[in-house]
Amino acid sequence: MSKLIELDAVTRTFRTPFGEVTAVDRVSLGFDAAEVLCIVGESGCGKTTTGRLLAGLIRPSNGTLRYKGTDVWLKKGADLREFRKAVQLVHQDPYASLNPTRTVAQTLMAPLLHHKRVRGGRAATAAATELLERVGLAPARDFLEKYPHQLSGGQRQRVSIARALSVEPRVIVADEAVSMVDVSIRISLLNLLLSLRREFGVTIVLITHDLAVARYFGRDGRIAVMYLGRVVELGPSEQLVVDPAHPYAEALIAAIPEADPTTTRTKERIVLRSADVPSLLELPPGCTFHPRCPRFEAGLCDVVRPELVAIPGDREVACHIAVRERTGKQAALAT
Amino acid sequence: MSAVLSVRDLSIDYRTRRGPVRAVSDVSFELEKGETLAIIGESGSGKTTLAVSFIRLSPRSAVVRSGEILYTKGGLTTDIRKLDDDDLREFRWSECAMVFQAALNSFNPVISIWDQFLDTAQAHGMKDAKAVRGRADDLLELVHLDPKRVLRAYPHELSGGMRQRVLIAMSLLLDPQILILDEPTTALDILTQRAILDLLREIRQNLGFAMIFISHDLSIAAELADRMITMYAGRIVEKASVSDLFYRPRHPYSVGLLRAVPRVSGALGAIESIPGAPPDLIRLPPGCAYVPRCPFAVEACRAAVPPLVAVDTPNHDAACIRWQDVAAAVGNAERPVAVKLA
Repeated sequence: MSKLIELDAVTRTFRTPFGEVTAVDRVSLGFDAAEVLCIVGESGCGKTTTGRLLAGLIRPSNGTLRYKGTDVWLKKGADLREFRKAVQLVHQDPYASLNPTRTVAQTLMAPLLHHKRVRGGRAATAAATELLERVGLAPARDFLEKYPHQLSGGQRQRVSIARALSVEPRVIVADEAVSMVDVSIRISLLNLLLSLRREFGVTIVLITHDLAVARYFGRDGRIAVMYLGRVVELGPSEQLVVDPAHPYAEALIAAIPEADPTTTRTKERIVLRSADVPSLLELPPGCTFHPRCPRFEAGLCDVVRPELVAIPGDREVACHIAVRERTGKQAALAT
Repeated sequence: MSAVLSVRDLSIDYRTRRGPVRAVSDVSFELEKGETLAIIGESGSGKTTLAVSFIRLSPRSAVVRSGEILYTKGGLTTDIRKLDDDDLREFRWSECAMVFQAALNSFNPVISIWDQFLDTAQAHGMKDAKAVRGRADDLLELVHLDPKRVLRAYPHELSGGMRQRVLIAMSLLLDPQILILDEPTTALDILTQRAILDLLREIRQNLGFAMIFISHDLSIAAELADRMITMYAGRIVEKASVSDLFYRPRHPYSVGLLRAVPRVSGALGAIESIPGAPPDLIRLPPGCAYVPRCPFAVEACRAAVPPLVAVDTPNHDAACIRWQDVAAAVGNAERPVAVKLA
């Protein structure tokens, strides 16, 4: 069955004064309807660029973005408009993504009227009211005439989600959507996104640097771990967090401080060979993690680029060593 | 008793056109020599206002309504609020240094790291550049940086983790007794954050200074703290050892915070947000400010602000008239609260 939305071997490069940077390197990710996937990685790993590629905001340098089986960048007219409505992005910073000179009502009514979902002011107000109540801002009349600066961070993020919902999207890409709100209310925002998936079958892609958030959010979905522009591991969330296959994922999980003093102070550390993240301008040959990897094998890891390979448990990993151990097969040898 | 810092009944307001914002109310605590204290709470809880008041860096709109901040060294106790300008300069950095959240903003962008070290040292009376250089070399090695490379660099040439290390090294330049860190690792990547946390633990063990750090991130407190303070709406609502706070919290807000943070190891447990939002500090509700969000609240909670009282475990205070009911719900086992409540 073809996927609802799919990145097929997508690469995106950016030109900088210092040379060309490959922010996303041959990433393939497909999503079914109502699926949840969390893209996890540190800054510079390409997770935000991947999100923007998925939302069709930037054009792939190579590879294809497909929605319902056809290339998005070849779509025109009504077909393109359908895609634009179907995929919505919720940004990290609700202080920056809402127009400060527009009231909540104006913010929500603009897309409704633009996409002709409603006609006339009264119908638009009614629709905006319904949207606000759907995202937990009730009673809506307390919020409709407010400006963003009169709302808390959590409320603003709910308005952003309501705006995304106004066009009944099939896919929501949430880029660090909860990292700027207080810990006490993060979970309720995540639950709100999950309820949209449950009730309306929306596919949700959550981009985050926080693996604990990904584990909670993606309980019955998948996690993709990115490093320097590549997906290095992909699999069901719980398995990936409990038993990471890629040495980078393993190192990340071992390094995370946890809200439990006994656990966090006795966690086994993984010592990397180097603390320096290579520059995207000069990526190491072979596996880009090899200069830091504790399981590095000379002649293999620094020569052959590992591709994502299936391992038992419906998982994929891009690591020669992990693949060899988990499938018992001989990994590709250096030529 | 050997408290280096003793805060008594401290209350701080911000003057605004709408009226005074009660940012900090009736805060009292002691910081013992060599101890690490974590102050946790969400934004607007007053934790940063409190911390900057210790080095008198509060913005001009801040008014200390009452209270004392007592600093003790070599048997001599002084009230920081009464220091004159010269003594205050002496106190800052040489007795009490602060590392701020945004590492890049803490540097002068147009001078090299070496000049930043030299500037700081000279402002505090260390005139001998050679001696400063020796000290800078030692400190940078302490934070696992190469002095030759780093001292020549400008702030923008360093990565976020390196800048944070340089700031920590610089804060230790004058051998302070107290180091205050405001969200020390918030903007850093996981692997860098891990390195900084391990580093802070290591240098504190070696140098023996006391540390106060302010964070909304409970996991950092779990890593480093000996004791913890939970703040809500400008007040201390709980004071406890790190293990009591994580495993035996007695204030519903601490319980709420602990349940709001998912973990990567062990069971997820009953993860839940705290409903509602923090109160408006200009119009605080009567009685306990947490009532509108609190699952334990009863009518009596609205009558008066609950005082901090000793609870069932030693050296543990909570400002909740229903702490016994919280204790009954949470229990005493050494397990995370979210797991116990699942």
